[in-house]
Amino acid sequence: MKWMKAVLPPVVFGVVAIALWELIVTAGRIAPFILPAPSAIWEQFLEQRQNIWEAALASGANALIGLVGGTVVGVLAAMVSSRFRPLADVSIPFAAVLNALPIIALAPILNNMFESTSSIPRRLVAGIIVFFPVFINTLRGLREVDPIHQELMHTYAASGWTFAVKVRLPGSLPHVFTGLRQASSLAVIAAVVAEYFGGLQNGLGSRITSAAAFTAYPRAWAFVVGACLLGLVFYLTTLLLERLAMPWRTRLIA
Amino acid sequence: MKKLLYVLLGLAVVAALWEGYKLVGNPEGTVLFGVRVLPRADDLSMPHLWTVVERLGRPELTGGRPVWIVVVQACLFTLGITAAGFVIGAFVGLLLAVAMQRFRIVERGLLPYVILSQTVPLVALAPLVAGWNVLWPDWMTVSLIAAYLAFFPVAVGMLRGLQSPASAGVELMRSYAAGWWRTLVKLRFPASLPYLFPALRLAGAAAVVGAVVGEISTGTRGGIGRLIIEYSREATSDPAKVYTAMLGAALLGLVVAGLVSLLEFPLMRHRRHVEVVTL
Amino acid sequence: MSAVEVSGVTKVFNQGRTDEVVALSDVDLSVGQGEFVSLIGPSGCGKSTLLRLIADLIAPSTGTVTVAGKTAGAARKEQAYGIAFQQAGLFEWRTVLKNVELPLELRGMSRAERKDKASEMLALVGLEEFAGHYPAQLSGGMQQRVAIARALAVQPPLLLMDEPFGALDEMTRERLQSELLAICATTGTSTVFVTHSISEAVFLSNRVVVMSARPGRITASIPISLESRDEAARQSPAYFESVTSVRQALRGAPLKSAS
Repeated sequence: MKWMKAVLPPVVFGVVAIALWELIVTAGRIAPFILPAPSAIWEQFLEQRQNIWEAALASGANALIGLVGGTVVGVLAAMVSSRFRPLADVSIPFAAVLNALPIIALAPILNNMFESTSSIPRRLVAGIIVFFPVFINTLRGLREVDPIHQELMHTYAASGWTFAVKVRLPGSLPHVFTGLRQASSLAVIAAVVAEYFGGLQNGLGSRITSAAAFTAYPRAWAFVVGACLLGLVFYLTTLLLERLAMPWRTRLIA
Repeated sequence: MKKLLYVLLGLAVVAALWEGYKLVGNPEGTVLFGVRVLPRADDLSMPHLWTVVERLGRPELTGGRPVWIVVVQACLFTLGITAAGFVIGAFVGLLLAVAMQRFRIVERGLLPYVILSQTVPLVALAPLVAGWNVLWPDWMTVSLIAAYLAFFPVAVGMLRGLQSPASAGVELMRSYAAGWWRTLVKLRFPASLPYLFPALRLAGAAAVVGAVVGEISTGTRGGIGRLIIEYSREATSDPAKVYTAMLGAALLGLVVAGLVSLLEFPLMRHRRHVEVVTL
Repeated sequence: MSAVEVSGVTKVFNQGRTDEVVALSDVDLSVGQGEFVSLIGPSGCGKSTLLRLIADLIAPSTGTVTVAGKTAGAARKEQAYGIAFQQAGLFEWRTVLKNVELPLELRGMSRAERKDKASEMLALVGLEEFAGHYPAQLSGGMQQRVAIARALAVQPPLLLMDEPFGALDEMTRERLQSELLAICATTGTSTVFVTHSISEAVFLSNRVVVMSARPGRITASIPISLESRDEAARQSPAYFESVTSVRQALRGAPLKSAS
């Protein structure tokens, strides 16, 4: 019953929204370049599923490599910064400022610095974009330690290393995953959108622009649906990892 | 003040790294197993910082206006688009948050989609709404993209804020026989401010990204996004030019972040600050 | 040899600054083997500071603190005491059993050994069936019991407790008081117990040490002799007499700020 209550409203809302969309487009005779009908998009999605799959694999690989690289560097940088107070004091405002900038615009520059046939620039952009939320959140987590835990470990005469491994790291996990949740969807967005800025054209982004250039709008929308599915896969995988990494957060009273 | 100093210090470190890499890096880049893993360090790919600064002062094309004027004008154009998008997005986000707070059923039905819409690259739609220029000018389409990116943090952050008052506060208002509207104005709105402002900062940054990406994919002329693409095409003959446009984009991001922070200054002086996690 | 020996201890915070606070002024305290001593007094009287000095969480400005014949620092490094705070302070990412195992783990005890030991301690506080649960799944009283089991895990000769039942409701609190007494009786542990509840101090202690604020100092030391420490004791005349004398001792040391 409770389950129904949580699932039913979004499902009903989704079905009604799609039905309305279909109705408005067909009844209002809206041109496909303004808004194609869901049925037309679905048709194209089935027809193009092989192409969508291949493009999604290319974009997915870019996003994944960027995500993993950015996360590793972000976590390591946060760990180093948390050990040296002045470094953290400097890097937090600096990272916060950089994070407010449109980093995606780095894409064309990176294309020049490497070559336009390389996948590195797109992965680098994704990595840089991923870095900031991971770094900022992890550092916040590492710096926030329950004072009671600190005193307790002091009474156990625990060394700095023991304290870091047994208290700081596990305590920062919720923050790390907060950053990772944001980063996982940002990585996909960056990998797809970076192609709008030029460079190698084998991912979802270029398929969307080329379909739009040929005025094949339902097909372009079908690729967007593919991009959405890719983003969803990344987000849900991160949620799953979070559940696995922090079992203490899920179990309810037995 | 101290923070500003830290930011400048960070910038100096980045500049030193840039010039340092140019000194020691291979001009052709480092190639490992047939993949170039480190960028080229030659002047074409990574111009000296002073070349970029100097380029700002010289004319865009021979006999044209200096680059910095062009860049600043493009920034102002994009700032206008961003502002329009930000205002629309924030307004829609606020309305949605109030509606979701008022009606549980709306929250249940809508919130999953609001969150979902952020996990998927819907900004990829930008090239597809280019066709809307038969309905209205291009810049309005770009504003809509910016608004779409801006509404989400506001909707979620504001909802958290509206729901933040303890039940004791709500019951107190009830004991005063205050209705929903009065409770909203007297209790929920003031309580939501610490949540609203961080959300607005996120929304500002998102609106900038939306405006830049939107300009590029709709081919809107006159803005900084378009300028980046135009200048990057000249990179082989005039490598410093694209960096001037990049500086402009960074400036735009800073200005928007600063303006949004100004909003909160008078209202948040005596309030506690909270962390807002929107995703 | 007494379990704790505090002599001539003064603690000044922010020494030499404008916000200088004399938290403790020339305090002497001696806790015998197996003795249960409560520290009671108004807030700001330095009772928690005194406990922290014994635990070597802070250092005295002057004077010496000796725990079981050693300096407080040496005693801490040997884990010669167990400690519990008002907040249970459990590690939310560790199961109940793993929480109790933590001090043993840091002593380098083998996996099997510490599991046995921790299970034994959980049985002592009546939580053996919750060993696999996470702290978030337990009530406040159960969490505090886990914290006590953790404090006892290394079988320390001394137990330090800083208002451990302060955040609990009255019924849970009384049940835990009885449990704590039973545990101390079986293990023979000496205890220093900080509280602001007169009835709690009287019911638990062999001796109640009354403190006053500004500067923090000991104003009275009242021995308590109850015939038994069960529910009947809470109704006995001796209990009420002791409650009255502690209350009078607290009144006899009026706060300067209260005037």
